[in-house]
Amino acid sequence: MPHASVVVFATLVAVMSLVPLGFIGWVTADVGWQTVKALVFRPRVGELLVNTILLEALTIPLSIVLAVTLAWLTERTNVPVPRLWSWLAVAPLAVPAFVHSYAWVSLVPGMRGLQSGVFVSVLAYYPFLYLPVAAALRRLDPAIEDAAASLGLGPWRVFFRAILPQLRLAICGGSLLIGLHLLSEYGLYVMIRFDTFSTAIVDQFQSAYNSPAANMLGGVLVACCLFLLGLEILLRGNERYARVGSGSARPADRRHLGWFVVPGVLLPGTLGVLTLGVPLMTLGRWLYLGGTEIWRLDAVGNAFVQTIVLAVAGGVLTSIAAAPMAWLSVRAPGRFQRLLEACHYYVGSLPGVVVALALVTITVRLALPLYQTFATLIVAYVLLFLPRAMVGLRASIAQAPVELERAAMGLGRTPSQAVRQITMRLAAPGFAASVALSALGITNELTATLMLSPNGVETLATKFWSLTSEIDYVSAAPYAVMMIVLSLPLTLLLYAQSKRTAGQ
Amino acid sequence: MKISLTRFSALAFAASLLAATTLASAASAQDAEGIVVYNAQHESLGREWIDAFTKETGIKVTMRQGSDMQFANQIIQEGDASPADVFLTENSPAMALVDSAGLFAPVDKETLDLVPAQYRPADGMWTGIAARSTVFVYDKTKLTEDKLPKSLLDLADPAWKGRWGASPAGADFQAIVGALLQLKGEEATAAWLKAMKENATPYKGNSVAMKAVNAGEVEGAVIYHYYWFGDQAKTGENSKNVGQHYFKNQDPGAFVSVSGGGILKSTQHMKEAQAFLKFVAGKGGQDILKNGTSYEYAVSGESNDKLVPLADLNAPKVEASELDSKKVVELMTAAGLI
Repeated sequence: MPHASVVVFATLVAVMSLVPLGFIGWVTADVGWQTVKALVFRPRVGELLVNTILLEALTIPLSIVLAVTLAWLTERTNVPVPRLWSWLAVAPLAVPAFVHSYAWVSLVPGMRGLQSGVFVSVLAYYPFLYLPVAAALRRLDPAIEDAAASLGLGPWRVFFRAILPQLRLAICGGSLLIGLHLLSEYGLYVMIRFDTFSTAIVDQFQSAYNSPAANMLGGVLVACCLFLLGLEILLRGNERYARVGSGSARPADRRHLGWFVVPGVLLPGTLGVLTLGVPLMTLGRWLYLGGTEIWRLDAVGNAFVQTIVLAVAGGVLTSIAAAPMAWLSVRAPGRFQRLLEACHYYVGSLPGVVVALALVTITVRLALPLYQTFATLIVAYVLLFLPRAMVGLRASIAQAPVELERAAMGLGRTPSQAVRQITMRLAAPGFAASVALSALGITNELTATLMLSPNGVETLATKFWSLTSEIDYVSAAPYAVMMIVLSLPLTLLLYAQSKRTAGQ
Repeated sequence: MKISLTRFSALAFAASLLAATTLASAASAQDAEGIVVYNAQHESLGREWIDAFTKETGIKVTMRQGSDMQFANQIIQEGDASPADVFLTENSPAMALVDSAGLFAPVDKETLDLVPAQYRPADGMWTGIAARSTVFVYDKTKLTEDKLPKSLLDLADPAWKGRWGASPAGADFQAIVGALLQLKGEEATAAWLKAMKENATPYKGNSVAMKAVNAGEVEGAVIYHYYWFGDQAKTGENSKNVGQHYFKNQDPGAFVSVSGGGILKSTQHMKEAQAFLKFVAGKGGQDILKNGTSYEYAVSGESNDKLVPLADLNAPKVEASELDSKKVVELMTAAGLI
């Protein structure tokens, strides 16, 4: 097996991802136990912990129910125009979370607190679950359901006993992604005044930059991520999901909804209004109020180009960095690999500020030529979006049967040739999807970009944020529109990828 | 939609390489000529100053946007390696912090002479460039003149529980707390902050706090004066129900916060950096305050005539260079506000 080089590469990435954690550890050791105790065990941290737990415990189950229902509707029933609904279910990804949030606050000024946080989070993030679940549903071999039905199970029980278990990987992966997003999201919760660890860290940050208080909050946040990660590993299990056998799976029949077609259309329709209608309406109003003068081409155009550049470069590099680990986690799971994988995942759940702070401090003290350079910002992006890239890649590698690799080697290919010629090709759609996902994340990344960008680099997200914080919503509108425009092709690509089955 | 993936990746690679080189060269181009300004002032105001300065002198300026205390601490971390040549803030505590770390170069006497003594520290290591007054914005549909708080300290009263808001995490509010600390001492400030944790609704940003007052979420908020003017000049939709109350009579709540500008000792462009600060503190920069959309007070020359004149605000005497941001953050953290 071509392990050695892959393991080395994955280890390097893992070591890099430990930098922020090491930084927090160093600060902890530096300030001493007394200070740590005073900063961690205080009522404020308790408040934040309760907020975070409630947010996770409510948002994730709701998102699962919503995503699975929608995926089943669009993939397995005769609901009219399923293509449209499935596109609408993915489209919210093109709207940055903080734009969702702002749109709702404009519409319902009193929106705040936990319920609002859960509401907007579900709307902004459920596509992360819909995508993998719909893709998995499309690939399922209906023979298993037929077998279950022939054993006398009714349609509901077939769903819960034959279909749902096969969606486990997709649901776990997607839920983890959402869970991590909830931990690190900043802009969304600021807009609706819901305090999480990330918002509190930024508050501390703006008050005292790299204070021990900010880093201790970061430490608690890391503990939360590790907990989620462990939970996902527990729930994921290690069954095989690749189909092996003669022939190929036939497409599944679509179930006739009968009069259920009415709620079947209403549900995705309503969601479309909530996730797309509301933001577009708000933006439309701003643009109408602003007229033509808000389209200052120099500023908007400049931010647009810089955002594209960062998103593409960062997206490609993130996926390359994630690939070895994704391959290892599928092909050669083991205790050490689990550890490496954990490193890859935890780092993406750190808020941008924690990663950025570590990188700022390290570059300014130890690697001055890298301070405030493009390279450092890209490193931050790679770290922040590793989990996104991993999820897409792991799922697509898992669907490339290992038997094909072995067969290729039996026919005289070297292990690395076999991986290159078989698995890489089969996983290519997954790679493209992971580039798109990371690039999407980068397009809308705020806090790390603010801190690490080279002087004079401004992205759409940072411009939008500074203008909205100046209460200049009218001038901010073009930036939000451009973010959406930029995210659309990436979202389309994602959608197209998820429509294809692996190996085609 | 079929995209050849190899082609897609190849394109992506090419694009990213191209981009990396352009950005890298752009970044180095900036270092070679012109100055870098760390701007914690409002972005639009910073931009206006910079554009006008470049137009007048031809000197290129690269702006980095951030917030007061973040930059102050960042500059201290960067030390001699700081890329910044000039630092502009919204409030004084951040200036005091950088000054106490000994990182500022003395400001040219010509520039200091432009600014009245009360708007700059005695040591001449930085100068005031603009000013802002604390106000209590209130919901005109709920509160009348006679029901308004007489002093900032009144807001600690249980009668105000759940009725007022502020933006505790912002440098703006922390400057106000700094003034309170200087005027009333640590014990009184800690007690007031404790009451604030009980009584006040925390918002992220002054504009958000004003919006909340406008929307009827809280009856009032402690912010600065220019948000209301700025919104009135735009669509007015976030301030139509809002009135402004000036505490006056030397109350801590009548604190006038001085925005500062300073030059970093480590600069490689001393001449250009001094020229920029002189421009901002002088007629060019101050006229932008007078005629522009920032609605902040000018510290030299005349302010926008829509504003209540600085002389009429009857602000308390506060030594700007001695506002203790560290202590403020400590007290606010202890009170659980941040």
